[in-house]
Amino acid sequence: MKKRYSMFTPWRHFKYLFKKPLTIPFKDIFTKKNADYLNKNSIIKSKKRVEESSPREAADNLRGFHTNDWEECIGCGTCMDICPTEAITMAERLDVEDVSGALQQRPIIDYGRCCFCALCVDTCTTGSLKMSKEYIYTHENPDNFLLMPEKLWQGHVVKEGWVKDENSDLLDLERVHMEHEDPEERKSSFVEIVRGYSKEYAKQEAARCVECGVCTASCPVQMHIPAYIKAIWEDDIEGGLRQIYETNPLPGVCGRVCTHNCETSCSIAVRGEAIAIRWLKRYIIDSAPDDIYKKSIMEPISEVIDAKVAIVGSGPAGLGAAYYLRVMGYKVDVYEEKPLTGGVMRYGIPAYRLPDSAIDKDIDFIESIGVKMITNTRVGRDISMDQLEKDYDAVFLGTGFFKPRDLPIPGADHKDVIGAMDFLPKVRDYERGVLKLEDIDVAKSIVVIGGGDVAFDVARSATRLQMLKYGKTNVKLTSLEDQDVLPCSEDELIEGAEEGIEFFCGNGPQEILLKKGKVTGLRLWKCLCIFDEEGRFNPEFDKECEQVIEGQQVYIAIGQSPDYEYLPKSLSEKLTFERGKIKASNLGQVEGLPWLYVGGDILRGPDLISGVADGHRSAQGIDDYLFNKAKKKEISKTLKEMRLAAKEQTPGLTYRQLGKK
Amino acid sequence: MKEMKLFLGPQHPGMHGNASVHMYVDGDIIKRAFLLPGMLHRGFEKGMERHSWINNISLIPRVCVVEPDINEMAFAMGAETLAGITVPERAHYIRMIILELARLSIHLMSYGGLGSPTGLYTLMYHAHTDRNTILNIFEKITGHRVYHQYIIPGGVRKDLPIGIEEDIHAFLDDLENRYEEYRDLGINNPTVLARITDTIPLPAEVVWELGVTGIGMRSAVNKPYDLRKVMPYARYDKIDFEVPVADYSDAKSRVDCKLQEVIQSISIIRQCLKLIPEGDVRVPLGRGQSMRWTIPKGHVYSVVESSRGEFGYFMVSNGGVNPYRVGVRGASYPQGLLGIEKYLPGTRLDDAALWVDTMGVCSPEIDR
Repeated sequence: MKKRYSMFTPWRHFKYLFKKPLTIPFKDIFTKKNADYLNKNSIIKSKKRVEESSPREAADNLRGFHTNDWEECIGCGTCMDICPTEAITMAERLDVEDVSGALQQRPIIDYGRCCFCALCVDTCTTGSLKMSKEYIYTHENPDNFLLMPEKLWQGHVVKEGWVKDENSDLLDLERVHMEHEDPEERKSSFVEIVRGYSKEYAKQEAARCVECGVCTASCPVQMHIPAYIKAIWEDDIEGGLRQIYETNPLPGVCGRVCTHNCETSCSIAVRGEAIAIRWLKRYIIDSAPDDIYKKSIMEPISEVIDAKVAIVGSGPAGLGAAYYLRVMGYKVDVYEEKPLTGGVMRYGIPAYRLPDSAIDKDIDFIESIGVKMITNTRVGRDISMDQLEKDYDAVFLGTGFFKPRDLPIPGADHKDVIGAMDFLPKVRDYERGVLKLEDIDVAKSIVVIGGGDVAFDVARSATRLQMLKYGKTNVKLTSLEDQDVLPCSEDELIEGAEEGIEFFCGNGPQEILLKKGKVTGLRLWKCLCIFDEEGRFNPEFDKECEQVIEGQQVYIAIGQSPDYEYLPKSLSEKLTFERGKIKASNLGQVEGLPWLYVGGDILRGPDLISGVADGHRSAQGIDDYLFNKAKKKEISKTLKEMRLAAKEQTPGLTYRQLGKK
Repeated sequence: MKEMKLFLGPQHPGMHGNASVHMYVDGDIIKRAFLLPGMLHRGFEKGMERHSWINNISLIPRVCVVEPDINEMAFAMGAETLAGITVPERAHYIRMIILELARLSIHLMSYGGLGSPTGLYTLMYHAHTDRNTILNIFEKITGHRVYHQYIIPGGVRKDLPIGIEEDIHAFLDDLENRYEEYRDLGINNPTVLARITDTIPLPAEVVWELGVTGIGMRSAVNKPYDLRKVMPYARYDKIDFEVPVADYSDAKSRVDCKLQEVIQSISIIRQCLKLIPEGDVRVPLGRGQSMRWTIPKGHVYSVVESSRGEFGYFMVSNGGVNPYRVGVRGASYPQGLLGIEKYLPGTRLDDAALWVDTMGVCSPEIDR
């Protein structure tokens, strides 16, 4: 298209005199506020609010300066890890309250490096880190460009800019699916319910971890969780195994039945589903071939101090202490009254949660490094405590809570009222073929009293035995706590319901009903509250709200208590007992009896992983004690050096393990 | 007469970016010329090897400052091809809107840039005013004005904000209304016309020799070779548009092609806004958190049509979290590095800036 030109052509430009001028409106770029801002050296010096003196308001989505809500922030440091310009560092802030599931550190951002890409915001595990609409900041001191974002920007409430939404979220909040046995099928056998991850699935699950280490801080044994999850992701089973054995000699067991405080505190769980840390640990142990064990973990055993330690009880605490003492070079003998080692793992937890093969793998390894297991030997019956004191340099007691706690209600002394710890060992014996189905007396309808994991173990084991025996189930479970606050783990509640257990939660048992010498049922009153105002256990009941449930047998699973009969009187007089537990130092050493250490249930109450932690701690304590004792005999300098070298190789106690604040 | 050495750039209104053209002149006729790149060499390609797939999105837009989205697009497309993931339909359309807005913005900038070597600054002010409106739209969509970091492997980071369509339509209508005015101001303006007609032509037969693509090539060989047509990516195959061509590539015809492309881009954006479906805008690159996304082993050359021609990323993955190797084919590499050496000699000194502007020489692309 060719334009024609004439001498009047230039005149057409006069039309622009009447048009709106084509410029960026002045107010858009240089407002009165902006002018105010520029007249001052620094925006912070302005006494007015930031909004009043800031320039043009930015778009809603702007990636401006960061704000971080410290109440929400858990100090996971994921922002630091993703930052492409390495602008973010985590600064330790001990003034932040030390709570489980959070670290005492907060991000600090170098605005000389920050490129405002908002990857930190998109990957923030809690969503506390956001970006504001503020985009101007000046200061005469260059050091002041290192800023620690807080909820307020420069002390003022500012508008939110870029915040994460479901599209921009860079985390994977959904757990990789785990195959479980079908409820109808698993009801009639003791097959393990959780099938375990395949390699591909384990790697996918491991890829969700952000390596924050919040879990490590919450674990009683301080397992190096991010490290072994990373090893899974990198397909390095050997490395993962090494990491695990540094802190936990019972990983196969803990990979199945641990109370998983780590998952509760997992930073991904703030907004999504926690990483399946327990199952990933199990994956490493299940997929590690035996030769890897031999190759990688058996090397660092040292023979330095010639001393012998006796361990009484082969439960988690006893085995934990035995393993670490052996690794440090001591001769260790473990005494177990039952024919098989493992304690509560072997005789309490049912096989559908913890099969024998898993226990065997862990214990065989501990045995293979030289720990001597003396089974069928009850201390106090087959060998006396005095003998142990004489034969060994130190003794560790980890005898656990194995006696059922009684329920003081009418009718509780009937033979069909059975304690959980009387029933569960029989179930395990049936599973490994020692007992036959006929030997176990399971009625057609059963009531279980209790709301913890043990109560569910009883109820679900009884369900399986009923299925095998009668082909149908009738199990009722009653507890003081309401169903939403049951002390059991969530999995138990879900899986128990799937298996057809009926719940009568929030009721207190009052009387076991008998008719012609047989149990017919249980009378319940509605439980109003469990603890009194001072926090003591003192349940109140509503007599008006009464309920009777039928059952031919009643199982009581309201807790376990210790059995100290094996201790000679001369010894138990020297011990201090507090609510059934033995009073001892943090490392498990009993006051006045330096050679005696205790751990596990009898020190801290029932929890498997805390038992392992106690064993680990006591091993350190025993080592210190024996070393100091040996020093009195003036050991050679070389020996001292060798011991220190050996000690360096063994895992030390972490800050939290020592219980320091 | 004695030969004299002069520098065009790095600090020069006619130079785009931090590169320098060394010219030996006799009078005002250039005798020899060569580009001295490397002034902003930040080792982009090496840097990409040290960043994870997701972290790279903060680095790649810097390979071209004025049109950063093509980098993001080429990188994202490559990663998606290697990972074998399908991008949601809505994300394709959002990407096209972003890419065409970026094309509009760089064409306006380049048309405005014509003002400085020709001495008509009004043109530059107008063009930059309109570019500012585009940057405002970018700020609303992506959160940033220049480095958007918006198109990422798997889709785009966020959905379009509510009501942005009205802003885009208002801008497009306004630009279309004033399109003739723009032509009058620049390419139809006799003073400008006299400067750009028959200035620094690019002969059709050397296009192949240099490897020039984009407007430089289309205006020389009269063939509509546009990657959006010949190798459609995103959803360009569902969009109706034309590729402007010319049979004689001088500064004027290149500028003319650019202005015609502005009209085509306006039409593409309108069609995208009409066709855009509802739905998700991103799929994750894999399971797990972003720092542990891995991409299967393989290599890919992903290519997009930038305002200056074929812009490609050659990427190699060894199955890890970082790219093993990335090579960038900067669209202005041939005309910037080789074209200056070959075709500036013989022209006048004041035309050197016209070559840089009309061929679209972008120095970070040459440095990368």
